Amino acid sequence: MADVEAPAVEVEAKELIAPPALDMRRAVRLGLANSAVMPLLAATGIVGTFQGRLIIDPFLPLGLLFLYMVAWAFGWLAAKPPMTLEGFAPAVAGPRNLMAGALAGVIGGAGTAVLLVLMTTLNLRAIFLELSPQLADTLSFGLPVPAAVPLILAVAATAGLAGAGVHFLPVRWRRAIMPGLMWVLIFALFTDIVGQFFAGIGLDSITSLLFTGRGGPLTIVGAVIVFVAFSALYWYRGGRETTLRQRFDGLPAEKRTRWTIGLAVAIIVILWLIPRVMGPFVSQVLDNAGIFLLMALGLNIVLGYAGLLDLGYVAFFAVGAYTAAILTSPLSPAFSPELSLLAALPFVMIAAAVAGIIVATPVIRMRGDYLAIVTLGFGEIARILLNSEWLAPYFGGAQGITNIPDLQIGPLTFRSPQDYFIPIFLFVVIAAYITLAVQKSRWGRAWMAMREDESVAEAMGVNIVTAKLSAFVVGAILASFGGALFGSQIGSVFPHSFDIVVSITVLVIIIVGGMGSVPGVVVGALALIALPNLLREFSEYQFLFYGVLLIAMMLVRPEGFIPSRRRAQELHTEELAQDAWLEIYGEAGPGEQVAEGRA
Amino acid sequence: MAMLDINGLSKSFGGLRAINGLDMNVEEGEIVSVIGPNGAGKTTFFNLVTGMDNPDEGRVLFEDQDLVGLRPNQILGLGLARTFQNVRLFPAMTVLENVMVGQHARTKSGLLSAIFNTPRHRREEAEIEAKAKEVLAFFGSRLVGYRFDQLSMMLSYANRRRLEIARAMATDPRLLLLDEPTAGMNPRETLELTELIGRLRSERGYTIVLIEHDMQVVRNVSDRVVVLDHGVKLTEGSYEEVSTNQDVIEAYLGRPAELSS
Repeated sequence: MADVEAPAVEVEAKELIAPPALDMRRAVRLGLANSAVMPLLAATGIVGTFQGRLIIDPFLPLGLLFLYMVAWAFGWLAAKPPMTLEGFAPAVAGPRNLMAGALAGVIGGAGTAVLLVLMTTLNLRAIFLELSPQLADTLSFGLPVPAAVPLILAVAATAGLAGAGVHFLPVRWRRAIMPGLMWVLIFALFTDIVGQFFAGIGLDSITSLLFTGRGGPLTIVGAVIVFVAFSALYWYRGGRETTLRQRFDGLPAEKRTRWTIGLAVAIIVILWLIPRVMGPFVSQVLDNAGIFLLMALGLNIVLGYAGLLDLGYVAFFAVGAYTAAILTSPLSPAFSPELSLLAALPFVMIAAAVAGIIVATPVIRMRGDYLAIVTLGFGEIARILLNSEWLAPYFGGAQGITNIPDLQIGPLTFRSPQDYFIPIFLFVVIAAYITLAVQKSRWGRAWMAMREDESVAEAMGVNIVTAKLSAFVVGAILASFGGALFGSQIGSVFPHSFDIVVSITVLVIIIVGGMGSVPGVVVGALALIALPNLLREFSEYQFLFYGVLLIAMMLVRPEGFIPSRRRAQELHTEELAQDAWLEIYGEAGPGEQVAEGRA
Repeated sequence: MAMLDINGLSKSFGGLRAINGLDMNVEEGEIVSVIGPNGAGKTTFFNLVTGMDNPDEGRVLFEDQDLVGLRPNQILGLGLARTFQNVRLFPAMTVLENVMVGQHARTKSGLLSAIFNTPRHRREEAEIEAKAKEVLAFFGSRLVGYRFDQLSMMLSYANRRRLEIARAMATDPRLLLLDEPTAGMNPRETLELTELIGRLRSERGYTIVLIEHDMQVVRNVSDRVVVLDHGVKLTEGSYEEVSTNQDVIEAYLGRPAELSS
């Protein structure tokens, strides 16, 4: 041990005095990545689309901000000190970090400058539609190209430098300033929603203080106020030694119950108020997110618990929507009992259960990839049948079914998006409750066992046929509720609402949110459905955003935003498992027998 | 009448006859070891008995009921449980959940009673948990307490083997099939497990069939030893009889050079 330690000390000293040259090469590599991402952002039209929005009144248009935020992020990444390993002193940020940040930024700026030169000298627009003269004007800050190139380099280097500078801030400052800046950006991005919020709670004066007008950009004063207010908040919170959670856990049991009840009441009141305060647009977005959330909770059972990758999940959503439409709409082509939606729900459930059994039966002996492909086929079959001329006398073909009546419960009629928020929310709560109740039950365990190892589950007494059928049926019923609410809220159903993209979106929600975790699925639905819809310019790039997010998540956080505890462990336990192994066998040595046993 | 009565059992994979006309029986309360060189068909034999694979020919009678053609979960329901040579737990489930799955075939509660949290469901859940904890306590302090909520993948190798036995015990079996229970264990752990196999019979009343390579273990626990080679039963008898049998020695070590020419 002694001879191993001596060189370790030497290495540590070297690391501290002069960071290894590798650091700079990494900065160059990140810079090259940056020089690909920045022009890409311009070429896909994101810079151009957002250029029309001002973040802060007289300057800072959003398009350029996004562009140079990329440089900033790469600067931050390039200057990030390496993880402090055991036996090493923590790395201290120095001029070298600043250099790395600036380097990563300036290389990205060079990429952008090259794009600018190319697009002004050659006619690239035939290939890249978005490379318009306006974009050239934006990228060059309105200057002639020879003057703009050094400016772009300088701005990009400054952005990278600023990113690197973050590492120089003490932790508490960083944790106050960064969220402060983030909130400025949020206020600026969602200016009309923030305005609506203040109007809703009767504080229109705040809007006129912060913004140039309702829905307008932030004023300089407004930006400063928002920044200072939120930074102060986070500064105050950062000063506390314990998190809220820890303090809550430390409370005696009866106080905890009281707090929990209080919190639950507060949440219900807030949720009740949301549609009233936030107005129809936000309510519509949240309704939409809620319907996707219902589907995601259903797929979470099928995929997250039972491990059955269903790529045709939209079929169940369609079954719910069409069953409800046929039973409630007076314009249903073949059969029109004109039930109320509430009376139709039991039939929707039955239809969904039957659909679940129809899909599950042929795939009972299938696993993994095969199951995914077959279900993909089912999803498409459902859409094509609904769209077909052959079944048009029953389902209305491409014209769909219109005039679906509003939801009516007793004397209450639900008409506007604000009204629908409550029933959708109720169904989401029911679905979440079912998910949690089932997880801790005999069948929940059987599903998980099947997910882990199907043959062993069967050998341990789990009836695979029943387990698969029941998972599909429960998942189908939850999705069908989503479909019924969707149809009733929109007032009509058309086959083209049920294409494969819906299945994929629901899948992305649970992957990004955290498979098998209810809070994760909620966050996933909000982040992937509500966010892109709230930011109108953004919806054009929704799928680009999904793609980038998916890749980033798989690289950095494969277990999702809020993973279920077990999944987090599962994907990050390699080292722990190794330690446990050494602990048991470290002294005796695992020997040949162990090696044989593992093989 | 034997508890397990196997007649003319055969199974081929392509041209390879993994099990060839095997006859064998196990009396209630016995501990029978199945030994044989690698590739002798021991694990295939277990797979055929537990329904994880279907035989080409032959009968497997368990208490006069033919098991051929039944699904593994039905066979488990009749009282046959097994462990696996290459430990197959449910890795992302906790220790307690792994064992609770074992009770699946012995309980009835459905999805609706879980959703409505009926008193019967609550009672059954409590029973399942109590049963699982009781079974885990069989292994002393190794799998109890904070271990209950640990993911099974976090366990040490020996504990995974123990957990697999616990999971099989939770299914309330009458006949337990153990596939190389001591593989990969160090001598101390092997000794402990040998004693444990004895307790499985004396305290739990299981009849046990085990596949084993460690001859110490075979000698210490078995009432009877069955030797397989190339899917055929070479011989059976007490450990002493089998270990001096010329055919067995040849199967393991090969024929002496001068005789093989």
